[in-house]
This record gives sequence, C-alpha cells and structure tokens, in this order.
Amino acid sequence: MADAAHAVAAGTPPELQHHFTDLEHQREASTLGMWVFLVTEVLFFGGMFTAYVVYRSTYRPAFEGASNLLDIRLGTINTAVLLLSSLTMALAVRAAAQGRKKLIVFFLSSTILLGAVFLGIKVVEYSQKFAHHEVPGPHFVVPEGLPRQAEMFFSLYFCMTGLHALHMIIGVGLLSWLIARARRGDFSVRYSTPVDLVGLYWHFVDIVWIFLFPLLYLLGRHTL
Amino acid sequence: MSETTHRQPSLGAYLGVFAALMALTGLTVFAAFQHLGVWNTPVALAIAVTKALLVALIFMHLRYSPKLTLLVVASSIVWLAFLIVITVSDYLTRAWLPVYPR
Repeated sequence: MADAAHAVAAGTPPELQHHFTDLEHQREASTLGMWVFLVTEVLFFGGMFTAYVVYRSTYRPAFEGASNLLDIRLGTINTAVLLLSSLTMALAVRAAAQGRKKLIVFFLSSTILLGAVFLGIKVVEYSQKFAHHEVPGPHFVVPEGLPRQAEMFFSLYFCMTGLHALHMIIGVGLLSWLIARARRGDFSVRYSTPVDLVGLYWHFVDIVWIFLFPLLYLLGRHTL
Repeated sequence: MSETTHRQPSLGAYLGVFAALMALTGLTVFAAFQHLGVWNTPVALAIAVTKALLVALIFMHLRYSPKLTLLVVASSIVWLAFLIVITVSDYLTRAWLPVYPR
C-alpha cells in the first residue's frame, strides 16, 4: 500500500500495472497478447475451413446446389451491416485515442446496434432453414434434385456461421462492458487499450465473415 | 517508438477503406454470377483476401504496428497454410493411387 501511495505521489499513472515500465510498454504488450490470441482464433476457425475445403472438393455438386438455397439477399445485406459495424468500431477506437467520451459511447453503441441487426438477420435466416427442413438431423429433407450430401453443406454452414455468431454475441458483451467503462470515464488520451483490443477482436470476427460469405453464399451462383 | 505506434489512420482513410470494402462486396456478388469456369473460386478468394488485408492494415492498424506484431500475424498465416495444405495433400491425392486390397 505504501508503495502504491508512493507511486501515485511520484506521478505514476493509475492504469499502469507494476510489471511494466510505462504505459507505452504496457500498451504494446497488451496489443501483442491480443494478436497472439487472434492467431489461435485463426487456427480455431481454420479447422472448420479445412473441413469445408475437403468436403466441398469431394461433393462439389451437392455443395453448389445447397449453397444456392441460402438467401443471397440477406447474406449480402448482412455483409454490408458487418462492414459498417467495423467502420463504427474503428471510429470508436479513434475517438478513444482522442479521449472523446461522448463520441466513444456513440460509436460503441452504433457497433452494438449493427451487431444486433446482423444477429437478427441471422435468426431470420436460421428460422427459414428450420421451416424448410434444411437443418441437418432427423428432420432434414434432402432438397429436390440435390445429392444427399447437401446435408453435409448445411452441417458446415450451421457450424461455421454458428461459431461466428457466438463470437459476435461475445463481442456485443465486450462492447457493453466498454460502454460502461467509457461512461465511467476510464478512457483518456493516455489510456484506451481495452477499446483497442476489443476493436481488434471485432475486426477479426469481421474478417472471418469476409471469407464465410463467398464460401457459403456465392460458391454455386454461376451454375444457376 | 511511441511516435510510430500512436499514429492512426486519418478519418478519410477509414471512410475510404469502408467504401472500398462495400465496392468489393458488390464486385464479389457480381463475379459469382459470371461463368468464369475454374476461376470463380480464385476470384472470390482474391477479393476476400483483399478485403481482409484492408481491414487488417487500416482498421486493425497493422500498417502502423511494430515488426514483432507483424511477425505474429504472419505466423497465423503460416500455421493455417500448414493445416490446410497438409490435410488437402492427403485427401486430394487419394484417388491417384490404386486402393489397397483389404
């Protein structure tokens, strides 16, 4: 306690943890740690992309036909919504670096709203799949004119978009936490690392969707 | 050090990247409906990689990051390549050899 009191008296920023020499050192270490986490996330999603590559190359007609059953309009709208949410996230990080509290809260809230719109559209898409018996399992009905491996496509579709949606839900939770902290006045020109790191996470989830969209929604459109 | 790491893209850069991302999304949807033969997937992937690079370099500030960060990011691509290339080199070459008698 005496040490802490001494440190504050000596002008050490309260955000600085004792094992870092200064805030810059702390920020760089935190950012690098977040990137290391994102590398593990690349491999986490990578396993699914690998499964996709293997099964798509094995059952090409089934995958192309089943892909065409996805709603390309909703998929494209969702891509735009997610890209816009990445922009608002980037602007939130920028506002945080400038220490502009109201702007941080505004852009973080916009990002949550757009994330919620994305998830809402996803719910509509999923419910259509349930209604059409296109969800793998006992109630799956092989779509007319398609090989039965169409079920494999939908298994991958639900696993990949489901895992992506789970990341979005976690992201919305993190953004809510950031808004509470921003309101409390935790972030300033000197210290905004949590906003930076959640920003990296959100953009990463956006990048995953950038690959999911053409691979799931667009692969068979030229056969129509 | 702090001079370089605190640098951020300008507001114009963010908006420009967003506009480019939207344009590329339109382009990839358009390209998907064209009959490009074997090129449909490579074109779609090339557009996706371009979009991912724009997000990583500008939105995620990689362009302004220390070299150590770039090394970590590059490692993710290396490991992902191992994962996919080695797996696919098995599955896609199985038909090349006669099936062993059981």
